[in-house]
Amino acid sequence: MSAPVLELTNVNTYYGKIHALKGISLTVERGEVVTLIGSNGAGKTTTLRSISGLIQPRQGEIKLNGQSIRSVSPHKIVEQGIGHVPEGRGIFPALTVFENLEMGAFLLRDLAEFERRLARVFAIFPRLEERVGQRGGTLSGGEQQMLAIGRALMQQPAILLLDEPSMGLAPLLVEEIFHIIRRLNQTEGTTILLVEQNAQAALQVANRAYVLETGRITMDGSAQALLHDPKVIQAYLGF
Amino acid sequence: MRLHRPNLLLEVLRPLGQLLVFILGASAAISAITVLTAFLIRGTRTDMDLLQITLILLPQVLIDGIVLGFMYATIALGYTMVYGVLEFINFAHGEFFMFGAFAGVEFLVWMQGQGWLPDGQGWLAYLLLAGAVGVGMLISGSISVSTERIAYRPLRGAPRLVPLISAIGVSFLLQDVMRFYQSTANGAFYRTFPTFGGFSERITLFALPLDDREITIAIQMTSIVIIVVGSVMLVGLNYLVNATRLGRAIRSVAQDRNTAYLMGVDVNRIIAVTFLIGGALGGAAGVLWSFRFTRADPYMGFFPGLKAFTAAVLGGIGSIVGAMLGGMVLGLLESFAAAYLTIFTRGAFGAEYKDIFAFAILILILIFRPSGLLGGKTTQKA
Ligand SMILES: Nc1ncnc2c1ncn2[C@@H]1O[C@H](COP(=O)(O)OP(=O)(O)OP(=O)(O)O)[C@@H](O)[C@H]1O
Ligand SMILES: [Mg+2]
Repeated sequence: MSAPVLELTNVNTYYGKIHALKGISLTVERGEVVTLIGSNGAGKTTTLRSISGLIQPRQGEIKLNGQSIRSVSPHKIVEQGIGHVPEGRGIFPALTVFENLEMGAFLLRDLAEFERRLARVFAIFPRLEERVGQRGGTLSGGEQQMLAIGRALMQQPAILLLDEPSMGLAPLLVEEIFHIIRRLNQTEGTTILLVEQNAQAALQVANRAYVLETGRITMDGSAQALLHDPKVIQAYLGF
Repeated sequence: MRLHRPNLLLEVLRPLGQLLVFILGASAAISAITVLTAFLIRGTRTDMDLLQITLILLPQVLIDGIVLGFMYATIALGYTMVYGVLEFINFAHGEFFMFGAFAGVEFLVWMQGQGWLPDGQGWLAYLLLAGAVGVGMLISGSISVSTERIAYRPLRGAPRLVPLISAIGVSFLLQDVMRFYQSTANGAFYRTFPTFGGFSERITLFALPLDDREITIAIQMTSIVIIVVGSVMLVGLNYLVNATRLGRAIRSVAQDRNTAYLMGVDVNRIIAVTFLIGGALGGAAGVLWSFRFTRADPYMGFFPGLKAFTAAVLGGIGSIVGAMLGGMVLGLLESFAAAYLTIFTRGAFGAEYKDIFAFAILILILIFRPSGLLGGKTTQKA
């Protein structure tokens, strides 16, 4: 059996004295959608930032395709295949849609390959092609989220980390975003680690899930099982 | 899709056009105000025809102002670029400028010692001057990069005031290092720019008959050289920032450092490159400055630095086009103040009060429009 795409073992991350991640372990296998759910301040964003190297864990191991990426600087981690769509989308507001997508392919020097990836992103998000010359900062929230995901796809990552892609979007758009996530996974085989507060929707697209509470993983299992777990229903699905 | 790729010609013509608009616009506005003032107060001056004198002086004052404007703009770019990526005001930039000036002068003095400086005009003179500018850029660029590495980078997570104090410390240090070096090596703390290449010759542009006199409008070779070199620098920088991969990386770091990392940008390297470019531009300006005012001294960076900073704030700190506009306005304003203040006030205020304008502008801008005339916050595309 090949190594999981992503494997975290006992990861501990601090912000100064604040102990934000208290020994997180999780795995994502190739072709899976894994979701990480939890309430505000649970440490979901910190987990993703630890993976992509924006913050260095103080302890623990992080492996991408079996290779350690801990204490590697973030721009090198990207090179190894992490595509991180950050919380709040991280669109470059003064760059055009096209330039934002170019930034996604920053490490790519092959023009033909660039055009191929661009065509693929435009096929998934036709809206981006219509707005290609527009400044990122003037896009609507939904369009910005599409741009952020499209930009990460330009990296053609081994795994896509999505941090609350549905945040701040109208219900119809939320549905569209989740639809796209499902499609990316099912038709393109993209491996995804999805962080969400919208547990209901996340559990519906995911294969497996982890529940994070104040820096610790308290539950994990198949998404279907968690969707029907009374504790999850009470805490996160709000019935 | 190639439609969205930058058009090389356009990326060169656009900044040139902007420069031209800024020069013409600022010149016209300041000239109009000056002539109007002369017209209004001419009755109080019976000892001379104020309006006529104002007009006679005008062309030369404009040329001097534009030349000064190019130098301020070039220095201002250093402040604005560093601010763009770090939101930090590099107060040691004036000293990078000073080191560049000395490097250029030392290079030419050495050439003179070898007997290689030509007296007359010719391609060799231009080549040597270009060499001096190149040496100045190299030295200033290196000092700028080293300063960032040693004195700023370790403080990046600290409160804003800390790197600022560090910058002021670097400033004093560099001044004293240069003063010490010059006094031990040369016995004097300043250096004179060698005279060569016939750059002080004047070219008559045109002659105007005016009443009983004829006034000729002439421009010094020095001025032409500065205008040409300045334009090349400004256009080159615009091209680099707006139309290259490196420029895109710089802009991405300026807009969102963390996301830039996530795109695979080596952020520390980009910050170093920004210091390199800013420092090199400051060094080029330093050589031009000592070329124009014929000397370099360890404290020469203070006022031009402060005024270029004012120019950057005036245009909108972080904005490259803003720095060009602010530099032009400030250069012209200073030149006009130096020429007309004495005449208009019957000598009550001498030319030495010219600096009041620059700093009054700084205060007014900070109070009424802190984002500057062009209002950009980050190193944005023009
Ligand atoms: N830059 C920081 N400095 C100090 N503490 C931080 C910082 N960022 C996050 N924290 C703390 O770390 C903990 C985890 O934060 P994190 O952003 O990972 O939560 P989250 O699960 O993503 O929450 P949300 O759903 O609100 O985005 C919180 O207690 C938070 O206050
Ligand atoms: Mg979060």
